[in-house]
Amino acid sequence: MELWYTENHTENVRFSIKVDRHLTSITSEFQRIDVFESYEFGRLLVLDGYLMLTEKDEYIYHEMITHIPMAVNPGIRNILLIGAGDGGALRELCRYDCIEKIHLAEIDKAVVDTCKEYFPKLAVGFNDPRVTVYYEDGLKFIRDKVGVYDLIIVDSTDPFGVGEGLFTKEFYGNCNKSLAQDGILINQHESVFYDEYADSMEKVHEKISSLFKIAAVYQAHIPTYPSGHWLFGFASETFDPVKDLKAQQWNNLGIKTRYYNTELHKGCFALPNNYSNLR
Amino acid sequence: MTKNPQCSVPLADALRTHLKNRIVPFDVPGHKGGRGNPELTQLLGMQAMRCDVNSMKPLDNLCHPVSVIKESAELAADAFGAKEAFFIVGGTTGAVQAMIMSVCKTGDKIIMPRNVHRSAINALILSGAVPVYVDPGISEKIGIGLGMSAGSVEQAILSNPDAKAVLVNNPTYYGICPDIKGIAELTRRHGMYLLADEAHGTHFYFTGANEGMPPGAMRSGGDMSAVSMHKTGGSLTQSSLLLCGEKVNAAHVGQIINLTQTTSGSYLLMASLDLARKNLALNGEKIFAKVIEYAEYARSEINKLGGYCAFGSELCDGGNCYAFDRTKLSVNTLGIGLAGIEVYDILRDEYGIQAEFGDLGNLLAIMSAGDRPQEIERLIAALSEIKRTKGKEPIKQPIAEYIEPKVVIPPKKAFYADKKSVPLNETAGKVSGEFVMCYPPGIPILAPGEEITEQIIEYIRYAKEKGCFLTGTEDVTAQRINTIGSKN
Repeated sequence: MELWYTENHTENVRFSIKVDRHLTSITSEFQRIDVFESYEFGRLLVLDGYLMLTEKDEYIYHEMITHIPMAVNPGIRNILLIGAGDGGALRELCRYDCIEKIHLAEIDKAVVDTCKEYFPKLAVGFNDPRVTVYYEDGLKFIRDKVGVYDLIIVDSTDPFGVGEGLFTKEFYGNCNKSLAQDGILINQHESVFYDEYADSMEKVHEKISSLFKIAAVYQAHIPTYPSGHWLFGFASETFDPVKDLKAQQWNNLGIKTRYYNTELHKGCFALPNNYSNLR
Repeated sequence: MTKNPQCSVPLADALRTHLKNRIVPFDVPGHKGGRGNPELTQLLGMQAMRCDVNSMKPLDNLCHPVSVIKESAELAADAFGAKEAFFIVGGTTGAVQAMIMSVCKTGDKIIMPRNVHRSAINALILSGAVPVYVDPGISEKIGIGLGMSAGSVEQAILSNPDAKAVLVNNPTYYGICPDIKGIAELTRRHGMYLLADEAHGTHFYFTGANEGMPPGAMRSGGDMSAVSMHKTGGSLTQSSLLLCGEKVNAAHVGQIINLTQTTSGSYLLMASLDLARKNLALNGEKIFAKVIEYAEYARSEINKLGGYCAFGSELCDGGNCYAFDRTKLSVNTLGIGLAGIEVYDILRDEYGIQAEFGDLGNLLAIMSAGDRPQEIERLIAALSEIKRTKGKEPIKQPIAEYIEPKVVIPPKKAFYADKKSVPLNETAGKVSGEFVMCYPPGIPILAPGEEITEQIIEYIRYAKEKGCFLTGTEDVTAQRINTIGSKN
């Protein structure tokens, strides 16, 4: 007997992982949540059929979405995480002693509960006293916040699902308003390799560029995401993600990472030639 | 326990059976289940193309219903508390026109507010009926035309005892309702028909008794009603119902409908009416309780943003605004210094959100069964952003969306009169030979036979400047108006 989890990366491309067991499947108010035990990638978290993370490669995504802004502005104290219910980004941020307060706005409590149960190593940050979790639509959560966060990280799901509202101009505009003067916005930017996502991600970059003085895109290699080549957005009114890198200061913190380092930081903003629409 | 008859869908079932029987088509439509038009089939899907069939014995005939269409229409009549119901496939425009022509002949008077949809005035052109306009009143705060008080209807009835019918909007586009029970009592006493344009009121028949919602006309003593199932009821665009009460000769109504309605009624539209009716009858209360909850939530959140005024039941004054449709999300935008139409355009062009319409002072968002909290949050967030990034000094004076008409010539006579095309700014004092309106909402600024005043010219200029889409004139740019000549 063979069990395989399969995700359609496009209508004509499939990605499959052989699994040992299906650990849980629940349908929340917002989506279907599945957890699988696989041979090659450890446990898999799947939302509405889309692979969100695997135990084997989640560190790449979570290191890249957190350490990049922290190394540009080590003065970050107040953070808002939107989405991020799996706890991975939270785990990375909780390694910084300088951070004072982290708000996490996740629409679906069932995601957090599932991850606490099936991904305990990922979910360690939920126990940190600096963290407050709000089970609310991110778009609604930030509506009445003005100038309060040094960093907002948008760790959303797919742009065509529950998280659609987190890829909109109204959302990025509200983020801009909720950030302090020298705040940074980081968003997961999908991939532009396949056409289906390319257009919408170019539009996302346009929207963010229209709202922030500095808007850059950086990349990481994430084996289990469509095309394996993943993008993130960095936006700010004041910080240039490369020129303002505080490499020495960050390295002095002694935070051990597996993927991220300050040399890679400088390189990851250099995009391939055919991604010119994202510059 | 006997099964609720509203669970059955005779027409949709007949269509399903027809598809299962794999009948070989040597009749129209010529695409024959989509085979003849592959690109269209790819766009719409094979199933939709296969459902696009023509009348035949097992599927009945819209012009002369005797089996499944008749049964489905009877179920619809029951669901709405009417004696008879007709399926209409030419939009509620078709239903409104058939309704008016069923009770008014050439020269007959009909009492109505002037802030009606153009379809009602079109019916006057087709039938030759003569309007007696009742001032619907204007909200001083918002500037919109309201709903006609029972008192002003009574005055119109007493001054025109020969009128055949009273037509009401229940509700208006903005959600304002008249005292329909009071007006029904008046028409009953004076031997007139009460006709209701309920294009935006389908859901009135399916909301819970405790929701504080206005009642539907057929449950309030109305004689006929045109309901847009497709607007808030969940059927396909263009599908609608014409409902008749006890006092109306339904056989005659059928004849009137057949004057103008197609003989090839679309089975996509008719099946959608059948299934939407079932869904409303079985789940309507639950669905609209949710819609009301969403609309009230959005109203309160938008009002918290400041500047915007998302108005609601507080407008009710027992007179011109007797009741308010709580599912409507109408927002006055003048407080953020932008016209409703400007906010409407920004929402679509910059935020990818399509509202129902924007006029000079207001924006209307339709809330219905298909809404979800995520999209409502997007609308609120976008309005918040528009205020933050584009807001200006408040526009203090409310703009009158309703201008009292001066009817010089009845609509039909004016429509067919000899006309001269005149540049807009030279038309003051002349009589219009055509419609001028912003679309949407499609409520005429000018109807054929009405005097053009400076106020109207100014309104048209302002509406154009703000980006309203003006329609109705032969000149597609609406720079010239066909006039009947000077008043004197």
